[in-house]
Amino acid sequence: MFSKVNRISVGASPGAKAALIAVLLVALMAVGCGPQETEIILATTTSTYDSGLLDELVPLFEESSGYVVKPIAVGTGKALALARQGEADVLLVHAPSAERELAEQGFVIERRLVMHNDFVIVGPADDPANLAGMTSAASALQHLSQEEALFISRGDDSGTHKRELSLWSLAGTEPAGTWYLETGIGMGETLRVASEKGAYTLTDRGTYLALKDGLALDILVEGDSAMLNLYHVMIVNPERFDKINATGARLFADFLLSDEAQNIIGDFGNDKYDQPLFIPDGGKSEDDLTG
Amino acid sequence: MSLIMEGLIKAYQLLISLDREILEVTWLTLRVSGTATLFSLLIGIPLGTFLATVVFPGRKVLVSLVNTGMGLPPVVAGLWVSILLWRYGPLGYFGILYTPAAMIIAQAVIASPIVVGLTMAAIQQVDPKLKRQIVSLGATRWQYLWLVLREARLSLLAAVMAGFGAVASEIGASMMVGGNIKGHTRVLTTATVMEVQRGNFGLAIAISMILMVLAYTITFVLTHIQQEGGKS
Repeated sequence: MFSKVNRISVGASPGAKAALIAVLLVALMAVGCGPQETEIILATTTSTYDSGLLDELVPLFEESSGYVVKPIAVGTGKALALARQGEADVLLVHAPSAERELAEQGFVIERRLVMHNDFVIVGPADDPANLAGMTSAASALQHLSQEEALFISRGDDSGTHKRELSLWSLAGTEPAGTWYLETGIGMGETLRVASEKGAYTLTDRGTYLALKDGLALDILVEGDSAMLNLYHVMIVNPERFDKINATGARLFADFLLSDEAQNIIGDFGNDKYDQPLFIPDGGKSEDDLTG
Repeated sequence: MSLIMEGLIKAYQLLISLDREILEVTWLTLRVSGTATLFSLLIGIPLGTFLATVVFPGRKVLVSLVNTGMGLPPVVAGLWVSILLWRYGPLGYFGILYTPAAMIIAQAVIASPIVVGLTMAAIQQVDPKLKRQIVSLGATRWQYLWLVLREARLSLLAAVMAGFGAVASEIGASMMVGGNIKGHTRVLTTATVMEVQRGNFGLAIAISMILMVLAYTITFVLTHIQQEGGKS
């Protein structure tokens, strides 16, 4: 009996295969073939995206240029990795030393400063490790590790995480132990974890200001030049990757440095936080700010 | 508590004012997950029927694979699909990463094993006496399959609901292959996560409520069809 059923239904297998292949073909054809020339993939950091700055800038650019910008908000580490594989056209990121390395290797070109803000060390208001008023990030971190005060690290290879690690090495300490926790998630979430746990963390000022109302965290250490947070735009080298939309990428980079965009950057956040989240630096170089 | 109230009020306002952006996001969610479910049915029902009715060497291996696939983590599907669709990946020629099409493919990958598995179970549950009867009445192989599938239709609708529910609620794959791009690939789940990251909890709660209402409405309609079908 069952052998009969088996024999009967063996015929279904070519049918099933054909259906599968047809479905895949339809799925691919339904969307039109080939990449669109008018698309620009912008790999960027979560801070420019979650703050809402790109929501102001991108539509303006799209309207004036006719290009469609696809911002992929990832940590700076992933944004740089995308550039390394030619999977993005233009980058807006904040990890200067990693960017320089990428530029030296020829993966990105035309790296230009767009804006800056700064990193700050935040912590609970009662400040158990007594950081308040300190102006050196390195000695603040040294202090934290001596006190073994709870510290939350991004741990996600983002620009902020890269900076945190370089500050630890400036402090000459290896952060490890039960007091040092890594979240592996975005800045907003990490701030919330720090707030819930009454812990310290390093954050960019913009994200902190945007989320401040829901957080039990105060700015404790600020103003150290080692905590300057620089955002550069750069385009992925079209000589290295033939699929890069270099024209569009260059137009977008030029737009970020245009007077129009620089003015928007300078005003952004003024109404909500009584201070701008980013300071425009069009035409300046890194040395102008650090020197 | 005040946050939940704020969310409720916001959800109400968004729905009443027919906020354009929210409508677009909701419509895209429906389109992407609906199409993905459709594809998963086109793949899943034949494959599930095949696995349920044909005994061949290695069948158990394949069935176990499908059963494992029913719990395929969306991020795993998202990772593989994005690697395939990268510009310099094997299917890079099509240039569809960060488009709704990429999301449909990833979601179809997630839903298909669910539909295969539930179809298989549905057909195996059909009374063997009935199967024997159909065969003995001289049905052709296609007539046989059609009648068995018809008999299993209530369970098949459950497969549709499970498939749609899985993809409409997943986030990992949509975020990875879609990129949550405003006006292009933002769906209700990725919008919820984004608003949470931005600290807009009220808005996030509102969007999540819209998602739940959407899921409920679809399930309600399908359940209605299923129960009506059961009566006839």
